[in-house]
Amino acid sequence: MTVSRESFFGPLDDVSGDAGYTEHPQRVGFFTDTSVCIGCKACEVACKEWNLLPDDGFDLLGMSFDNTGELSANSWRHVAFIEQPAPARESSPAREAAPAREADAVDLGLPSFDLPGAGTGEETRTDFRWLMSSDVCKHCTHAGCLDVCPTGALFRTEFGTVVVQEDICNGCGYCVSGCPYGVIDRREGDGRAWKCTMCYDRLGDGLEPACAKACPTDSIQFGPLDELRERARQRVETLHERGITEARLYGEDPNDGVGGDGAFFLLLDEPEVYGLPPDPVVPTRDAGSMWSRAGVAAAAFAAAAVSVFFGRSRR
Amino acid sequence: MSRSLGRMSADAAHQRTASEEEFRSYYGRRVLKEPVWEWFVPAYLFAGGLSAACAELAAGADLTRRPRLRKAARLGAFGGLGTSMYFLIADLGRPERFHHMLRVAKPSSPMSVGTWILVAYGPGVGVAAVAELLPSRLRRSRAGTLLGALARPAGLASAAVAPGVASYTAVLLSHTAVPAWNEARDRLPFVFTGSAAAAGGGFGMVCVPVDEAEPARRLAAVGAVTELVTSRQLDERLGVVSEAYRTGTAHRLRRWSEYLTAGGALGSLVAGRSRAAAVVSGLALLAGSALQRFGIFEAGVESTKDPKYVVVPQRRRVDRGEQA
Repeated sequence: MTVSRESFFGPLDDVSGDAGYTEHPQRVGFFTDTSVCIGCKACEVACKEWNLLPDDGFDLLGMSFDNTGELSANSWRHVAFIEQPAPARESSPAREAAPAREADAVDLGLPSFDLPGAGTGEETRTDFRWLMSSDVCKHCTHAGCLDVCPTGALFRTEFGTVVVQEDICNGCGYCVSGCPYGVIDRREGDGRAWKCTMCYDRLGDGLEPACAKACPTDSIQFGPLDELRERARQRVETLHERGITEARLYGEDPNDGVGGDGAFFLLLDEPEVYGLPPDPVVPTRDAGSMWSRAGVAAAAFAAAAVSVFFGRSRR
Repeated sequence: MSRSLGRMSADAAHQRTASEEEFRSYYGRRVLKEPVWEWFVPAYLFAGGLSAACAELAAGADLTRRPRLRKAARLGAFGGLGTSMYFLIADLGRPERFHHMLRVAKPSSPMSVGTWILVAYGPGVGVAAVAELLPSRLRRSRAGTLLGALARPAGLASAAVAPGVASYTAVLLSHTAVPAWNEARDRLPFVFTGSAAAAGGGFGMVCVPVDEAEPARRLAAVGAVTELVTSRQLDERLGVVSEAYRTGTAHRLRRWSEYLTAGGALGSLVAGRSRAAAVVSGLALLAGSALQRFGIFEAGVESTKDPKYVVVPQRRRVDRGEQA
């Protein structure tokens, strides 16, 4: 194990190795493909149950079907619901599959085998779409929370994930402000910081995390990160071929501000629409320059403190 | 300005470049978590800075034979450190686990670095202060003599670490994703050391008769000017994030800080002739320093509540094709 600049910023091939593991399994992660998320929240529930997380209270947020609101100390998966005006697509898959029929057909509202609206032609459809996305801790290559933790409670696992040790954490709260995604938080009444562990206990037994296991559409995919990245690239290509040009990956790039995420996403709009920062950067990137500025300030402070004792008295 | 999605978002997407205020978000909700730190933390920033500047004055006063300044400054350094420790521990979610900070020494964590800076700083401050407080009948005892002999090296040792105490707290705040603190990273160390010097100098002006307080007045003036100049830069030079410093509670706290610090600095020019002027100016400087810390803290908290401070600068970076 050698500590270099790559340990704190930029692409890093072997995160566990860099953290000091000599032999370790492959780095694993999540690929959350939001294009197939149906917003069922099975991931939220499975996570709560497996990890025995306290409830967040009965809180209706009044903005969408999302009443979780955000990731928190007690919600380690969060399904975002975005209700969006969207112009009808030039060539949508639905249209190819079900060409518009005669517009004068009378809709009796009976159940049918066709897609809703397919029978009337798309000019009568409302310009509306739902985006759904299950958010989670990103398990960054360069994790802001992990870098700033002063007790060693946060650590890098052999799987390349980032986990809090609850028997060590003293609730200093530094990780909460260190995370550029706003993921980790302190639990009220408990005083310690909590976040997704990628089901560290299940991984140790060769199981996949509870959320991925429960996901009925495989929107949440778990596996070795390299495989997931490849699969994600192919998925984006497929979607682009089908005319869904707004499909893009978020967090898969090892050259981004956090060295790439262990949990990355396929999104259908800009990240901020999902409550994700467009270009997060680990604060540690600037650690060197910050300390050198502080050094200059400290030197000036010392010089001032010495110099005030010299010179002629003015009194 | 469209902060929410819903029906506005398609328009917002087209208008985004028109004004820096246009941006998209998830129903206007915050992206980051608010700092969980309470008022203890800005109070610590003030008390720690005060302690550091007092330690410097105490060492200088010791070497230049100013016994009253030395005594006041040593006690000020000790009192500042003691309250700092209280604030730091009280702000933990699990205060009884404060010693977990001592399990590791972690250069990537400014809080860990700070812990060890305080470990290096504290004992010297303690020895020097106890030596000042020792009743005269105990001074001739063997322990008393030893303490008296140790006071100067102990004070000098803490004075050597004190610049670290005064400046590391700037990195502590800037080494976060909190926009107002992170974007201020190049300037915050100077605001903080200036604020510390102003507070320490002010403390000396309040506690020490004018004929011995000249170094305190000078330190106060230098610190106040540094603080005033660099603090203004936070208002103006941080792009979108400067708005967090220019608005709301942060703005009010820092404006009052500016008035008090400027007034105290002017007062320090005449404080050599009047003890009353010295006390008033010193108190103004202390209050100005404290309000500065609370103001900067508040700006950081505000900058996490509004997604604008996260999204707008980052989106601009992406749209320009700049890499992190």
